[in-house]
Amino acid sequence: MSKDKSLSSAPRASRRGFLTAAGGLAATALASQARAGAGNPANQPPNVPEWTRTLGEGVAVRPYGKPSKFEKDVIRRDVEWLTASRESSVSFTPLHELEGIITPNGLCFERHHGGVAEVDPADHRLMIHGLVERPLLLSLDELKRYPRVNRIHFMECAANSGMEWRGAQLNGCQFTHGMIHCVQYTGVSLRTLLEETGVKPSGKWLLVEGADSASMDRSLPIEKALDDCIIAYKMNGEALYPEQGYPMRLVVPGWQGNLWVKWLRRIEVGDQPWHTREETSKYTDLLPNGKARRFTWAMDPKSVITSPSPQAPIKHGKGFTIVSGLAWSGSGKVKRVDVSLDGGRNWWPARIDGPVLDKALTRFYYEFDWNGEPLLLQSRVQDETGYVQPSKAELRKVRGYNSIYHNNGIQTWHVQANGEVENVEVA
Amino acid sequence: MASRPGMCRQTVRSRMSRSPKLIIAVALATFAGSVALAGGPQEKIAAKTEAKTEAKTEANAPQRFNIGRAPTVEEIRGWDIDVRPDGQGLPAGKGTVAQGEKLFMDNCATCHGEFGEGAGRWPVLAGGKGSLTSDNPVKTVGSYWPYASTLFDYVRHAMPFGSPQSLKVDEYYALVAYVLYLNDIIADQNFELTDKNLATIKMPNESGFIMDDRATSEKAFWQKDPCMKNCIAPVKITGRATAVDVTPEDKDGKPRGVE
Repeated sequence: MSKDKSLSSAPRASRRGFLTAAGGLAATALASQARAGAGNPANQPPNVPEWTRTLGEGVAVRPYGKPSKFEKDVIRRDVEWLTASRESSVSFTPLHELEGIITPNGLCFERHHGGVAEVDPADHRLMIHGLVERPLLLSLDELKRYPRVNRIHFMECAANSGMEWRGAQLNGCQFTHGMIHCVQYTGVSLRTLLEETGVKPSGKWLLVEGADSASMDRSLPIEKALDDCIIAYKMNGEALYPEQGYPMRLVVPGWQGNLWVKWLRRIEVGDQPWHTREETSKYTDLLPNGKARRFTWAMDPKSVITSPSPQAPIKHGKGFTIVSGLAWSGSGKVKRVDVSLDGGRNWWPARIDGPVLDKALTRFYYEFDWNGEPLLLQSRVQDETGYVQPSKAELRKVRGYNSIYHNNGIQTWHVQANGEVENVEVA
Repeated sequence: MASRPGMCRQTVRSRMSRSPKLIIAVALATFAGSVALAGGPQEKIAAKTEAKTEAKTEANAPQRFNIGRAPTVEEIRGWDIDVRPDGQGLPAGKGTVAQGEKLFMDNCATCHGEFGEGAGRWPVLAGGKGSLTSDNPVKTVGSYWPYASTLFDYVRHAMPFGSPQSLKVDEYYALVAYVLYLNDIIADQNFELTDKNLATIKMPNESGFIMDDRATSEKAFWQKDPCMKNCIAPVKITGRATAVDVTPEDKDGKPRGVE
């Protein structure tokens, strides 16, 4: 895994030091123990560990820091059979390994339609035209001269959990719920730029378009554009990552990820929607009667237990156990989260810890003494509008099985007596 | 707007009051640009009138930062290639079904199949008529897409996959004509699709879409007090992801990411 020499060279050197001191045979035995996951007793009390007896790396050996090599499995993953090409595909955030509400930039899930555009910011331009008084062409540096806003929001793909419409399919919350991330965006309020250009009274819709090879374009109603949208150039304090739209992307709080156009290059103001491919062929939700909903922008309230989960089994046996999870709503703030241990028959209020922000991920916990018996774990969010997350059966009653998008049904994890966890459906 | 620094506000105000004539001139020049793209003479008159009215009320408009510049007509034309269902944005051009067939074989058939049936997992473009209420809907241009304009808009700006915007406008008209022919929406091989007739083509599923109605059709999901005790009868497991067994696995046979 670790191809980075700066990561592996120092520990290797110190291991050589240990070999000299302790002798070959014992060290080999200990090393194999370490590989088996039991740890290395030579580094445990009462012994003084090797990292106490040697100098570590100096400053700036890693000019841009990386996680510990022991965290090498905390990575984005993809599901090869989902799509025909990696350039128009998706990878998933490792939710089962994360805590709090902020997603590290390098772990934010990706969804591209024409690969990652490597945009030179010196050449990138944002054009605003159409039904405006003063069309505008901005460079990145010019955009940065406009007043800034900082906002923490979740961004969820409309297809998150889409593979689960017909039943339990993928075994892990990274795969079932990992098309989501939540970061702090810094940028310019779209309203500020629309006021600068002066939208004409007939301007009711915006076409927003990316600079990538898919030229991703979507229609956005003017009300939303003037409400809380942002043209962001920073995420979690640093420049957007290329796979997240460097040098600038649209942030559309609470609404489906497809509208968050990356590599944003053009905004055209018009008097009616464009009905682009991404709002006709895609991102329309087929109902059982053969009709399809269009413009299903908002992401409904949703939650998931991230641990325990199939990729994060209980390893400690019975006793005090922490259930950790995420809840969010595209319509506002999370009001409460309940947890069930018996598949939705009985519920207990979860404890929310950390900030509860508008259209942002919210962290919840449920702590209990596990007696070692199998569980059917569920979480259920209610947001400030009163919406209560439905079961999958309740959703299917209205929408059938073929709407692809907007699956916010309650997730069930089957915790087995041995602590292993499985994605299941219950009835 | 409260966050804008006062200094900035003053600078903007003085700059605005300095040359009201210049602002009117810029506004008119700007409109000339966008009208040239829209094309209609009636729109041109309306736009001019509107521009004058807006210029008069300029003093009451929100403060401006005057950062950035106006794009030229040529700059807008280079990037503005979107097309709406009413035909707005269609470039002058034409292409026949027969011309499209050859172009399709050369540029599209490797992925989409010679008849739009789709190769491997690549998208199916034709067929699927009447399948939308079935267990496995086949959503294609003919069975699902509401507007022909969308086909032109998408193909022209994003296809062929890997070399988008590499064909000529007439070639895109021809390709769209061929895809419509594959879907029996155009019956005549000699039909010539143009910027004049594309918006008149009626797609079979145009009336197949409704506005998002979740607020009414899913009203039951809003509850005052969600049930906490004995809400449902005891449940049993009815489906397992491990039985489906399609999750990517590590070498140990466990789902990827299990330590």
